[in-house]
Amino acid sequence: MDINQKFTPQSWPQHSETATMEGKNKFVGIWIFLASDTVLFASVFATYLALKDQGPAGMEFTAKGLFELPLAFMMTMLLLTSSLTSVYAMYHMKNHNAKGVITWMAMTVILGLGFLGLEIYEFVHYVHLGFGYTQSAFSSAFFTLVGTHGLHVVIGLIWITGLLIRNAKRGLNLYNAPKFFAASLYWHFIDVVWVFIFTVVYLMGVLG
Amino acid sequence: MAHGTHFETRSQAQYEYDRAQNAKKMRKQVTQFAIMILLTFVAFAAVIADFAPNFIKPVILLLAGVQVVQQLYAFMHLDEKDAPHNGVIQFFIWGGGFIAFTFFVAFLTIIWW
Repeated sequence: MDINQKFTPQSWPQHSETATMEGKNKFVGIWIFLASDTVLFASVFATYLALKDQGPAGMEFTAKGLFELPLAFMMTMLLLTSSLTSVYAMYHMKNHNAKGVITWMAMTVILGLGFLGLEIYEFVHYVHLGFGYTQSAFSSAFFTLVGTHGLHVVIGLIWITGLLIRNAKRGLNLYNAPKFFAASLYWHFIDVVWVFIFTVVYLMGVLG
Repeated sequence: MAHGTHFETRSQAQYEYDRAQNAKKMRKQVTQFAIMILLTFVAFAAVIADFAPNFIKPVILLLAGVQVVQQLYAFMHLDEKDAPHNGVIQFFIWGGGFIAFTFFVAFLTIIWW
């Protein structure tokens, strides 16, 4: 079978992402990666919780005084919505609608860029206040945790943008369907991590 | 790609049935999304409303837990039990979750300042 075989909506398999051996491998592989990423984030989360509001210097900065909920709320809404748009993309993939996949994945990228912009604004704002990476144990733990998540967002944006450019005119086939599916799983995982960040860092931070 | 891979073109009836099922699933996912947004609002509102922190903290952690399970099962398709290697995937992701839990216990009890 040719990897670039053309399909019609009717001949397109319902589970195009796992229809081939390569697709199955990608599917299991991305999940095992996400499981290992869970452990990575657990370590930076645990470090943050252990060192929150601690540090030999910079004790004038506390989570309660620093974090602002409106910004965290905006970021949460952007990322949560981008999770829904990538679900829409996967829905269109099932119906072999290449244009739908491209459109909604592009929406995901735009929302992700909005999120990233707000995060950069937030970090720059903190550094201007004097709350830099080396300020205290608290600041190092905070920037490492939220920065690791931000790095994941950057990688996800580059990944999805690359997929969109490479597959803009190719249409959907069994070669690129697993790629889109893996990228969408990764993007959902970014949202899963953010749910804990906005709860543990921002909401519980404001509570003191 | 395996050379033996071959796909039957679906009958018109099967095709229309699958499309209807896909649309149904998508509507369910939108409902789940609405619930997630609602839970997020409740979590932020609870903090802004300034209840006792010892009461709010477990509640918002619980809300986060619910949202994560929604993401995993509704958005990331863990609910599809017939997906290939579903058992392997469940084993790894919940195993990762368990190791994550031990990290929290260890770091919060061992590290102090």
